[in-house]
Amino acid sequence: MLDVKTISEKKITIVEVVGEVDLYSSPDLRKVLLGLTGSKTSTILVDLGKVKYMDSSGVATLVEALQQVGRYSGKLKLANLRDAVKDVFELSRLDKVFDIYATLMDAKQSV
Amino acid sequence: MLKTSNVATQGEHSVQEIEIKVPSNPQFLKIIRGGISHISELCGFSEEECNALTVAVDEASSNIIRHTYGGNTEEVIVVNFRILQDRLEVVLRDFGKKVDPEKIKPRNLDEIRPGGLGVHLIKSTMDEVIYDNTPEIGNQLVLVKYLPGGKDTN
Repeated sequence: MLDVKTISEKKITIVEVVGEVDLYSSPDLRKVLLGLTGSKTSTILVDLGKVKYMDSSGVATLVEALQQVGRYSGKLKLANLRDAVKDVFELSRLDKVFDIYATLMDAKQSV
Repeated sequence: MLKTSNVATQGEHSVQEIEIKVPSNPQFLKIIRGGISHISELCGFSEEECNALTVAVDEASSNIIRHTYGGNTEEVIVVNFRILQDRLEVVLRDFGKKVDPEKIKPRNLDEIRPGGLGVHLIKSTMDEVIYDNTPEIGNQLVLVKYLPGGKDTN
């Protein structure tokens, strides 16, 4: 099961994802992210610290959201990736495409 | 749902065989991931390799659901894990429409777009990826990873 929480702070919106992101659950993440990009949320920080697994459909969901924020000059940053998730980004050569931060605090301070 | 057996087919070497049969519903992918994760650990692969193998087998299973069965959740996926002397073989069997192996290619990673990464993740992890088109009905995909210390390991 996937749990996706949205927390609004001053200038940023944090999306906390908990669980495994796969073909079954990635539509839940997509719905939340596209809801935020649809309302042109300026800065979205996706906290993946509690995601122990992500497949290509999860990665594709994040790529789609990144492209959406790019259309209105917003920002989407990723934080807290576990090694298993980081490996998928590296294998996909997307680790250089996203702004990825070691911690949520680092991501917040970059805004 | 899960069957195990010892099959001596590799000369004098015993083969451990485990079979998982699940409906083609994405909610059961986790069962397949649990299987490959545990079996790859038993084979002595590193944590990083176990994770990569889990992704590869999960992606292959997802492709069956999405492309072979067109999202129909009431079909069947059979995953056969074979631990041989020098390698782990994962055989994924479906009974959907025939796939043309020529059309299954990883996409150019320089293109930044959603989708199309699954085949790349499979091929970058496995030592061999064999599309066996011999079954009369459906498809059979064989994924091979040589065991640590086995031949052709990098």
